[in-house]
Amino acid sequence: MLIFASVGRLALAVFAIVGSLSKFLVQSVLSCLVPPFFLRQLGRQLWRIGYNSLPVVGLTALFTGSALALQIYIGGSRFNAEGIVANIVAIGITRELGPVLAGLMVAGRVSAAIAAEIGTMRVTEQIDALVTLSTSPFKYLVAPRILAATICLPILVGIADTIGILGGYLVGTRSLGFNSAVYLKNTVDFVELGDVTSGLIKAAVFGFIIALMGCYHGYHSAGGAQGVGKATTNAVVSASVLILASNYFLTSIFFGE
Amino acid sequence: MPKIALNDVTKSFGAKQVLRGITMEVPAGKSVVVIGGSGTGKSVMLKCILGLLKPDSGSIKIDGVEITTLHPWQRESMMRKFGMLFQGGALFDSLPVWENVAFGLVQGKRASKRKAQPVAYDALAKVGLSPDVGLLNPSELSGGMLKRVALARAIASQPEIIFFDEPTTGLDPITADVINDLIVESVRNLGATALSITHDMASARKIADIIAMFHDGKIVWQGPASEIDNSGNELVDQFINGRAQGPIKVDVKRA
Repeated sequence: MLIFASVGRLALAVFAIVGSLSKFLVQSVLSCLVPPFFLRQLGRQLWRIGYNSLPVVGLTALFTGSALALQIYIGGSRFNAEGIVANIVAIGITRELGPVLAGLMVAGRVSAAIAAEIGTMRVTEQIDALVTLSTSPFKYLVAPRILAATICLPILVGIADTIGILGGYLVGTRSLGFNSAVYLKNTVDFVELGDVTSGLIKAAVFGFIIALMGCYHGYHSAGGAQGVGKATTNAVVSASVLILASNYFLTSIFFGE
Repeated sequence: MPKIALNDVTKSFGAKQVLRGITMEVPAGKSVVVIGGSGTGKSVMLKCILGLLKPDSGSIKIDGVEITTLHPWQRESMMRKFGMLFQGGALFDSLPVWENVAFGLVQGKRASKRKAQPVAYDALAKVGLSPDVGLLNPSELSGGMLKRVALARAIASQPEIIFFDEPTTGLDPITADVINDLIVESVRNLGATALSITHDMASARKIADIIAMFHDGKIVWQGPASEIDNSGNELVDQFINGRAQGPIKVDVKRA
């Protein structure tokens, strides 16, 4: 009987979380679509989420592109296929590594920051104060962050794609002895529009997930500093797991047979 | 018609029943103070009236309008009648003081910042703060200044009803008295209805027309502030005299 009770409790807890998250998702989406819109807040979040994430996303892309070029060269040399470095770097960065790594890095930076900020506002009653001042916390806090992250991530990933390919180019031409013009021609010839757009669509989904998880865990935080810490951890972990899971499903949709 | 009317309001969190059938009326233009020990449900009652929590059962009416069944957009317009001073101030860290005070006008009532700014500085002046405070961040304020700014924010949009959640908690007696005077003056000047919750009897005596005593999720006594010392209620007597002995038991674990 004890095992049934434990399974029942677990099932109820899972249903409660799914229900709560679904309700939060619907309220968030409606807040993004229905006026009033807080454009000043949106501008501020575009700056904080987009512009301030550029260094971390750029560096991640640069080193990933560089390492990828080295690995493909070493791996390809086992069956005399060193020449495919440019092609594989381009496809690997645009389809997978650009959006996924940028998504994970931004999840660590932005999701945590959103959860900590909104969580602190929750425990210090600032969210209650918003309600008493006739302002919807969903429209004022949640919608600008979700819109900003959904807009910014594709732009960041576009930049990450460029920098990642540049990293591969630098390693390929400076260390591995590829001809610069040939490397660039191989990259341009091999990359298709679908490779890039699929990555950008993935990025928009990841941006939505990152902001949603940050807002959800922050909004429901309780119990003072410890509660805010827990919300921050949960936001980063859940955003990261959901990014990886949704990446698989999106890849299946875009490229599956 | 009472400004605020609660009828048999109940609220539970899991197995714990916090409100056990609250029935209370706040007449228009009067200041009602709810006193009672920690954890008796005073703040929960306030949050139910504000719509921050949904009661399990019972009725809450503002100006005769049932608010427990309002749609969110109707509630948002109802909120324009309210002002609230939170226990910890609940000022927005990301905004300077004057924008905190003007927030209800700019975001809630859609006034332009240019129009709201003089109103905010006027509200700051009413609570005895100089214009240079308006440019400070909330983190730069002392406890007393923070409560004054929170009071300025609560009165800036000239609400019909003001709620005060433990307005003097954490303040020294002199600053607390200054805050009490400002509350009395602000409520009188606005002609507003006030509902406060506090543990501080000096504050309750100063700002209340009517006092209600909360115990165990119920109102056990209610009457004019002038009659609190002769209530004839043992619970009230123990509370206002701050005695450990009496019918109110506080659990203390001893090693």
